[in-house]
Amino acid sequence: MAKKTHVTTTINGEETEFLCEPRQSLLEVLREGLDLTGSKEGCNNGNCGACTVMLNGLPVDSCLVLAVEAEGAEITTIEGIAQQGHLHPLQQCFLEGAALQCGICTPGFIVGAKALLDRNPNPTEEEIRFNLAGNLCRCTGYDKIVRSIQEAAERLQSAT
Amino acid sequence: MNTPTSGSQYKVIGTRPIRHDGADKVTGKAKYGADVKFSKMLYGRVLRSPHAHARILSIDTSEAESHPGVFAVITTTDMPDLVDKMADLGEGVVNMAHLGDNVLAREKVLYKGQAVAAVAAANVHIAAEAIEKIKVEYEPLPAVTWVLDAMHEDAPLLHDNVFTDDMGQKSETPSNVDKEIHFLKGDVETGFAAADLVVEREFKTATVHQGYIEPHVATADWNEDGNVTVWTSTQGSFACRTQTAEILQIPISKVKVVPCEIGGGFGGKITVYLQPVAALLSKKSGRPVQLTMQRDEVFEGTGPTPGSFMRVKLGATKDGKLTAGEAWIAFDAGAFPGGPIGPACMCVFSCYDFEHAKVDGYNVVLNKPKTQAYRAPGSTHAALACETVLDELAEKLAIDPLEFRLKNAATEGTRRVDGPVYPRIGCVEVLQAAQASDHWNSPLEGPNRGRGVALGFWFNCGLKSSASAHVNPDGTVTLTEGSTDIGGSRASIAMQLAETLGITAEEVNPQVVDTDSVGYTDVTGGSRVTFATGLAAYKVGLDIEHQMTSRAAALWDCPPEQVSVESGVYSHNGDSLTFAELAEKLHATGEAIVGRATVAPDGATNGFGVHLVDVEVDPDTGKTTILRYTVIQDAGKAIHPSYVEGQMQGGAVQGIGWALNEEYFFDDQGQMKNASFLDYRIPTFLDVPMIDTIIVEVPNPDHPYGVRGVGETPIVPPPAAIAIAIHNAVGVRMTDLPMSPPKLWKALSEQS
Repeated sequence: MAKKTHVTTTINGEETEFLCEPRQSLLEVLREGLDLTGSKEGCNNGNCGACTVMLNGLPVDSCLVLAVEAEGAEITTIEGIAQQGHLHPLQQCFLEGAALQCGICTPGFIVGAKALLDRNPNPTEEEIRFNLAGNLCRCTGYDKIVRSIQEAAERLQSAT
Repeated sequence: MNTPTSGSQYKVIGTRPIRHDGADKVTGKAKYGADVKFSKMLYGRVLRSPHAHARILSIDTSEAESHPGVFAVITTTDMPDLVDKMADLGEGVVNMAHLGDNVLAREKVLYKGQAVAAVAAANVHIAAEAIEKIKVEYEPLPAVTWVLDAMHEDAPLLHDNVFTDDMGQKSETPSNVDKEIHFLKGDVETGFAAADLVVEREFKTATVHQGYIEPHVATADWNEDGNVTVWTSTQGSFACRTQTAEILQIPISKVKVVPCEIGGGFGGKITVYLQPVAALLSKKSGRPVQLTMQRDEVFEGTGPTPGSFMRVKLGATKDGKLTAGEAWIAFDAGAFPGGPIGPACMCVFSCYDFEHAKVDGYNVVLNKPKTQAYRAPGSTHAALACETVLDELAEKLAIDPLEFRLKNAATEGTRRVDGPVYPRIGCVEVLQAAQASDHWNSPLEGPNRGRGVALGFWFNCGLKSSASAHVNPDGTVTLTEGSTDIGGSRASIAMQLAETLGITAEEVNPQVVDTDSVGYTDVTGGSRVTFATGLAAYKVGLDIEHQMTSRAAALWDCPPEQVSVESGVYSHNGDSLTFAELAEKLHATGEAIVGRATVAPDGATNGFGVHLVDVEVDPDTGKTTILRYTVIQDAGKAIHPSYVEGQMQGGAVQGIGWALNEEYFFDDQGQMKNASFLDYRIPTFLDVPMIDTIIVEVPNPDHPYGVRGVGETPIVPPPAAIAIAIHNAVGVRMTDLPMSPPKLWKALSEQS
């Protein structure tokens, strides 16, 4: 067994330390080491987006990031999107807009959409589709996901 | 009770409440199959065949067993011997001996990716290292992966114990053709002789995968007392229990299946792969074991849908009346018998009223993964062939394609070619709704653009469902059901109970429970759950209402029949109590109130849908872009319209992927060359536009709220509709799926 490395990082606003093997992905450590199982493994090679987390504000496939690369980074996972017991507007709009069926892709979409809205609070349909093209959904046909993100963007805009 | 007749008086049905499991699923708290974890749990990996067809000469596991961190290694010798035995899994029967071979190969491997051995270790990395140390000696055999090749007399024979079943007659010699189906109605020669125009074409479709985003996963704990618990992602916990117990040769009462949240299935998560293997690894190691597939294992080792070859011939008179139809359909079953050839043969002419028709079907085993159900299994293939030929007839007869379909549409009383007579169906209504739609009535302009329309059919089914519910003192009701919830069915079932009791959807708390905690319930499949489990919930409601009425009568000291109930308010002689007020008094007045129901309904009645699509073809690349898409479907009654729309949109987009991109590429050794989501390309966010929906409601007379299933029909029309749209855009008839850019470009080049 390979020697483990000590990593200090911030996850969902909390300083977090963990030990990991060099070969372990961030996704594996989040799920297996830290019990943050909201990030999903759909392909483990960066093609489905179910494991999307924010790394220093940018969306990444956590299956393609080595856990040791998280040293000093700020990470946001799906578990960190709702605040103080309140759903984020994206989460609320996904529910109201029925933007999920099986729900396995939903954490990745919500984290990816939050990363997009943080950078671009008023995206066009085309921008939403382009920026989230790396997140696959097999159930919904995407229609209700686009609409829910648009609705959330509107609510966030009117709240500021 | 709220009288279930017309839609307008419903208080809950037809509204769009937030699904009960919603908050868990948008916050990452919902527990899917891979999210369960136990103390001392081990992680497994499966060794898979590198050959498409080979004899297993020997397996040496000694080096893997001694690898540090390995706790158990199993091969087929750890599995009980299984004899030929057919077991009904609700959506089709399966031979347990074949199923066992598909779980762990015994003497031969029949496709690349077939499981051969498995390891349980301290973590997945060690397990992955260890399976590399298992030495398997193979004798490679010739492989065959195209259905027509596999039918040849000199084709490599996969099984020496598979004989052709020709409508009940068994062949004398073994064959790769495991089944023949022949349907005949009237006399096709007479029918074609009466035609003014006859069109015949041949079609090919590639193998495609269900493509659920969650890989297969199972966690098993074989307890010291001999009881086995399996936590898994499955469409049917009872079907999983049956298969697991049969393969392990233990009583079903020894197996408890706990259905986790499921990340998509589309028919592909009915059969077992990992569950018995995880159980055997747990038995051998004495620890809980979790097995998860990698994405390439999902593509190479789990059920795709058949590749096919089809020939369809249709005749019609000048005024647009179909006179005869003939279909010849060959499906590849994958490595073992079984598959949707039957439904394909039943569906191919199911939308139309044929006086004369003939259908011949062939199911063929070959060296590809064993096919499994995929959303309306067989019907999408069949619709491509029938609808494309029908469109050509309409075009050549200069008849509007919707008018042509309406002239020939199946209605109540029409006898299908395979025998059944239709009850009240909505085939005509969906065609009329398409005619009236904004999409159909909007002009489409511009070069290389075309519009296509196609009609699709699915049976829907009832099968068995159980449910129970208990009334809580705060006026809510906890509903216990066995139908795993893949797309929002907790909500649609809870809403039917709420409507029946006159309470709100939020006042019902639906729970999907394990096989020890609810009565037998068939799989979530066949578009049956909102229909059949919804019916069970309705009957649970009646049972509860009956008991509540008795309790109210006791309070008021009157006979129960003098208590009237209206929208959840119980009244007698000027006294009245709401459901919640009565619930609050339950503890003080007697025993708890528990309602129960178990159903096996006939009368699911059929689903029809029309799809309209506008495309633009890039003649330089052959790429087809979907400009506009509308799905029109008869839902009977849409319980939760958002999730009905979601089924229509999602099915359409899966069909778009099947039409334009998706296919397994095999080399001449039967090796799949594109086993990843990068190279097997399902539609992305960027590939599709918004999908418009029109829900038609022709109530099902055999359901108290008029429900028909909606889940499967939407995948049926897309390939046909898109092929027709491409023809109308650039003039070529595409008959080979997928209509990918290279194929369309080639067709365009040959045309010019």
